[in-house]
Amino acid sequence: MSAPTTWARRRRARIDDTAQGRSLGADALRRLRRNPVAITGAVIIAVFVLISVFAPLLAPHGPAEAFPQLLDRLRPGEIPGAQDGFPLGSDQNGRDEFSRMILASRQTLLVGVLATVFGLVFGVLIGVVAGAVGGWADTVLMRVTDVLLSIPSLLLAISVAALAARPSQTTVIIAVALVNVPIFARLLRGSMLAQRESDHVLAATALGVKRPAIVVRHMLPNAIGPVIVQATLTLATAILDAAALSFLGLGDADPARAEWGLMLATAQPYLDVRPALALYPALAIIVVALGFTLFGEALREALDPKGRR
Amino acid sequence: MLRFVVRRLVQVVPTLLILSVLLFAWLRSLPGGPAGALLGDKATPEGIAALNRTLGLDQPIPIQYLRYLGRALSGDFGASLISGDPVLAEIGRALPATIELSVTALLIAVLAGIPLGYLAARYRGRPWDNVTILGTLVGVAVPVFFLGYVLKQIFAVELNLFPPSGRLAVDLDATRVTGFAILDGLLTREFDASADAIAHLVLPAIALATIPLAVIVRITRASVLDVLDSDFVRTANAKGLAPGTVRGRHVLRNALLPVSTTIGLQTGLLLAGAVLTEKVFNWGGLGTLIAEGIERRDYPRLQAIVLLGALIYVIVNLLVDLSYALIDPRVRLR
Repeated sequence: MSAPTTWARRRRARIDDTAQGRSLGADALRRLRRNPVAITGAVIIAVFVLISVFAPLLAPHGPAEAFPQLLDRLRPGEIPGAQDGFPLGSDQNGRDEFSRMILASRQTLLVGVLATVFGLVFGVLIGVVAGAVGGWADTVLMRVTDVLLSIPSLLLAISVAALAARPSQTTVIIAVALVNVPIFARLLRGSMLAQRESDHVLAATALGVKRPAIVVRHMLPNAIGPVIVQATLTLATAILDAAALSFLGLGDADPARAEWGLMLATAQPYLDVRPALALYPALAIIVVALGFTLFGEALREALDPKGRR
Repeated sequence: MLRFVVRRLVQVVPTLLILSVLLFAWLRSLPGGPAGALLGDKATPEGIAALNRTLGLDQPIPIQYLRYLGRALSGDFGASLISGDPVLAEIGRALPATIELSVTALLIAVLAGIPLGYLAARYRGRPWDNVTILGTLVGVAVPVFFLGYVLKQIFAVELNLFPPSGRLAVDLDATRVTGFAILDGLLTREFDASADAIAHLVLPAIALATIPLAVIVRITRASVLDVLDSDFVRTANAKGLAPGTVRGRHVLRNALLPVSTTIGLQTGLLLAGAVLTEKVFNWGGLGTLIAEGIERRDYPRLQAIVLLGALIYVIVNLLVDLSYALIDPRVRLR
């Protein structure tokens, strides 16, 4: 086996990786900057965010604008491809695919971020109350959380979205967020419980720090790490879940809005005619989901105290 | 052991009760209630009132719930609004198709995932490991239904290797015994039907298997790495055991514990993924019932399937816990 080299590598790593006097956060940041996986993820996310922020400036046309020169050539079995002024050609309704792809980054980011943030906020609230208060509040909250966790997540999202009278962007966000609430809650409660028994909390209690201050200032910051990692990963799954809901006909019903998941779903009937219409949004979703996943995994590794030396 | 099983089964009851209350409450809290959701854009106050009377929804909500519960306990989950058949009968007809698909997908994921994950761990940091990890990350990022369409387009439409959709060729006229297409072919000695069923199964099962496969590979890799670092493996190596013995009896056996937990958790994903895959391949199982139920707002059907999905999930995870005792004799079930 290659034992000597491994040992040598470990020793070297120990020498230039001494984390003395550095906070976990600073240490994690330093390790992220050195990790090519993290950099790749961060670059993908940054490009995605930049495109969506400047989307109205980048897109030559509006998302709902149909063009006579495209509509003219649109017939059953034919959707015009790339041509002057329309680098990605037409979509199935004679609109500029290129503009729609760019503008869709915004809606996709919006759905992903809002669903994650709502899930995170409610999950954290539940997790903090359950983990910090304990007792019957903990029992009741965790009982309900367990029930929600016992339903396969997409099935839960489907039942929430399907039962609303009219599918819309809001119902998609609510459905995807709700799926993630119990996950965040469980995760945070677990690490809050571990904090509750720790020495520094005992010390703070002994010094007479008030309970809410202990929870917010001493327990929460130490317990939130895994939740942040999970949130990064959730950004990827939220986008994928939203796409799945669109595919099932539970997505945003507004035809004027462009969103990758919806574009992918509505392109399915035209796969024989012009597969690119499905391919573009699919690739966009895959790359962005991959970006969040790469960064999330790197963040998990960077925040893992076991990785500290 | 028996007490453990009984206690766990008893715990399932409140879970399902709470779930049914939540579903019921959510359904009734919608604007216009179930009738409003059912009528959609065509909803008028009179229409809603009329439909409420027919469906018994004009009763007080607790009474409605108790009625639903009472009937559900005797196996009556109401009639599907689409077909008019009892929901339970519909589910019974569709369940074998979904089980066939999910079990095959799970088998693919487990049989390919554990060796792949093990090899990645063994060759940690080498190109093989990196390629495997990247593959798992991409696998999770691809929308399942898109993957299904790509497989279908390439292997069914372009290359014509597999049938594009359905469970059996229509002209085959296979006898239905259990509803499991492959098994039926074997039982009735219609072996061509079994072969046909397998050919139909390949593409949807692969599409459905990707995400569980990626997850199992990663967990196996992480767990094998953990075990490889442990003291008892070093001891086993130091005392001169054959490398094969160490790998099989010490590393793999210990590494499989977290993996089996993951496999249990994947059943939920499989059920959800089946909804998407079945729609792509027109599979005709539970997923198709759900997709149809969504389009037509068939809430008795959706309610029953979600409850059933949760029940299956809980039971599978109970079986997983029981399997611990088989894999690891240190585990005592209490």
